[in-house]
Amino acid sequence: MNALRYLARRAVSTIPMLVLVGLITFLLIHITPGDPAAVVAGENASLEAIEEARRRLGLDQPFVVQFWHWLVRVLHGDLGTSFTSGKPVTELIFDRMPITLSLTTGATLIGLLIAVPLGVFAATKRGSWLDRITILGTSMGIAAPEFFIGLLLVLVIALQWGLLPATGYIPFSEDPVEWALRLILPSITLGLGVAAELARQVRGAMIDVLSRDYIQTARAKGLSTASIIVKHGLKNAAIPVVTVLGLQIRRLLGGTVIVEQIFAMNGVGSLAVRAVFLRDLPVLLGVALTTAIVVLLVNLIVDMSYSYFDPKVRSA
Amino acid sequence: MSTTTVNAAPAVSLPPTSTFIQRFCRNPTAVISALILLAIVLIAIFAPYLAPHDPAKSSLRAILKPPSAMYWLGSDDLGRDVASRLMYASRLSLVASVQAVVIALALGMPLGLIAGYVGGWVDTVISRCNDALMSFPALILAVVIVGLLGPSLTNAMTAIGLVYAPRIMRVVRGSTLSVREEVYVRAARATGCSDLRIITRHVLPNVTGPLVVQATVLMGQALLAEAGLSFLGLGTQPPQASWGAMLGTAFPYMAQSPVPTIAAGLIISITVLCFNLIGDGIRDSVGRMRRAGD
Repeated sequence: MNALRYLARRAVSTIPMLVLVGLITFLLIHITPGDPAAVVAGENASLEAIEEARRRLGLDQPFVVQFWHWLVRVLHGDLGTSFTSGKPVTELIFDRMPITLSLTTGATLIGLLIAVPLGVFAATKRGSWLDRITILGTSMGIAAPEFFIGLLLVLVIALQWGLLPATGYIPFSEDPVEWALRLILPSITLGLGVAAELARQVRGAMIDVLSRDYIQTARAKGLSTASIIVKHGLKNAAIPVVTVLGLQIRRLLGGTVIVEQIFAMNGVGSLAVRAVFLRDLPVLLGVALTTAIVVLLVNLIVDMSYSYFDPKVRSA
Repeated sequence: MSTTTVNAAPAVSLPPTSTFIQRFCRNPTAVISALILLAIVLIAIFAPYLAPHDPAKSSLRAILKPPSAMYWLGSDDLGRDVASRLMYASRLSLVASVQAVVIALALGMPLGLIAGYVGGWVDTVISRCNDALMSFPALILAVVIVGLLGPSLTNAMTAIGLVYAPRIMRVVRGSTLSVREEVYVRAARATGCSDLRIITRHVLPNVTGPLVVQATVLMGQALLAEAGLSFLGLGTQPPQASWGAMLGTAFPYMAQSPVPTIAAGLIISITVLCFNLIGDGIRDSVGRMRRAGD
C-alpha cells in the first residue's frame, strides 16, 4: 500500500515539472530576434500574412492566455505544422522517434555491458593494474567527444576492415538483421561515454557495498564470491548506478544529435539540426519539448525503480 | 583562497596547514594537466610566431597531403596546413569556452545566491525552474537556441552558457544554503550587517571553492559543446576555424587522409581531459583546506 502511495505521489509531482518545461519551451519562442509572428509567417510574408500569423498564434492576447491556449493545444498532441514540409510536427517527431530510441537503447545496453563487469572487477581487485586502467580509461572516455570516437570507429571498423556497414538506418520491420548490424557502431559511439561514467559509479558503489558488515557475514557463512557479488553486491550497488543511468538519458538524447549526423540516421536529432538550417521553428520547439518530456518520464521510471531495489524507500 | 587561517582548534592530528597551491602541487595528475593546458594556451597566444604556415593560405598542389616535414599534420581539402590551422583554431576554441562559462556564471551565480540566501518561495520558484531547464538535453537545447537566434559562434556560446547556467546555480545555491545557518553569519546578521555585506563578505568566499571546481569542469564541457555545434555547422562559421569546425571539415575526407580528423579529435579530448583533471585537483585541494581549517 505504501509503495503504491509513494509511486502515485512521485507520478503526481511530475505534473508541475511538465508544465514548467512547457512554459520554458513557450518562452523560447520569444527569444527569437524580431517579431515572432513575422518569423512564423515565413520569409517575405505580406503584412496581412504576418497579422494572420499573429492572430493564429494568439500573440495579440495577454501572455497567460497565450500560454494557456498553447498548453491546451500541446495536450491535444498539436505541436504546430512544419514550415518546410507542411506536415504536423507531432507526426514528424513520432516518425523519427523509433530511430532515436533504438539508438539510445542500444547505447544504454552497450554502456551497461561494458560498465558493470568493468566496474565490478575494478572494485574487487582494487589497486590492481586493471583497476588503474579502468580509472584512466573512464577519464578519457568522459573527456572524448562522442563524434570523435564515432569517426574513429567508422574509419577503422567500417572503412578499413569493412566489418560493419558505415552509415544508414534500416527499420526493424524491413530487415531485423540489417537493423541490428547498422545500430552497432552508432550505439558503441554513443554508449562509450555512458560506459565510462557508469563504470566509475559501479566501481565506487561496489567498493562501498563490499566494505559493509553484511558482506562480511555472507562471506563468513561460506557464500561463494560470485554469489556475494551478484546477490548482495550488485543489488545494493544498483541504486546509485540506476540514478546515474537516469541522468545519462539527457546526455544520450543530446548525443544523438551528433551521432545521427555522423551515421546518416534520420532520427529526432538530425530533424532538429535540419530544422536549424531551414529556420523551421515549430519543429525546433517540438523537438525541445518532446525530448524534455522523455527525460522527465525516464527519471520518473528511475525513481519508481528505487522502490524495487530499496525496500526502505517503499516504507518511507 | 590561497591563505588559510590557523585556528586554535584541537588540530593535533591534522596535517600542517598548507596553502591551496601547495596542496594542488602535491597532486601530480593535476599538475601535469595544468602544464599541458598552459602549453596549449601559450600555443594559442603565440600562434602567429609558432605556426609554420599561413593558416588561411591554400595551395592547389598540396591538397590532402599526408604528414611530412613541410606539413607536420598533413594538409586539408583546400591545401591548407593542418598544424598551423589547429594552432590558430585553439584561440577560437578557448575564447569561445571562456565566453560560455562567463555567461553561465553571470546568470547562475546571482540566481544561486538569491535562492540559497533568501530561501522560502523565492528558492522554490528558482529551483523548480532550474530543474525544468535541466530536463532538456543540453545539446538539443543548445541546437534549438542556436536555431532561434541563427547559427554563429557568438550565438552558439550564448546558447551553451544558458544551458549550463543551471549547473552553476545549483552549486552556488547548495553552498550558500550550507553557509547561511553558520554561527558567524547569524552573528553578522545580529550585529546589523546588511544582506549585501553578508553575501559578499561571508557567503561568497565560502562559495568560491566549489564554484571554481564547477567552472573548470564547465570549461571542458563548453569546449566539447562548441566542438559539437561547430562540427554540425551551427557554431564557428567559415573561413574561421575552431577545433570542432576543423573536425567537421576533415571528416568527409577521412578515408583519404585520416590524420587531420584524428589530430583535431585528440586535441579536443586532451584539453577536455586536462580541464576535468584540474577540476578534480582543485576539488581535492579545497576539500583538505576545509578540513584543516575546521
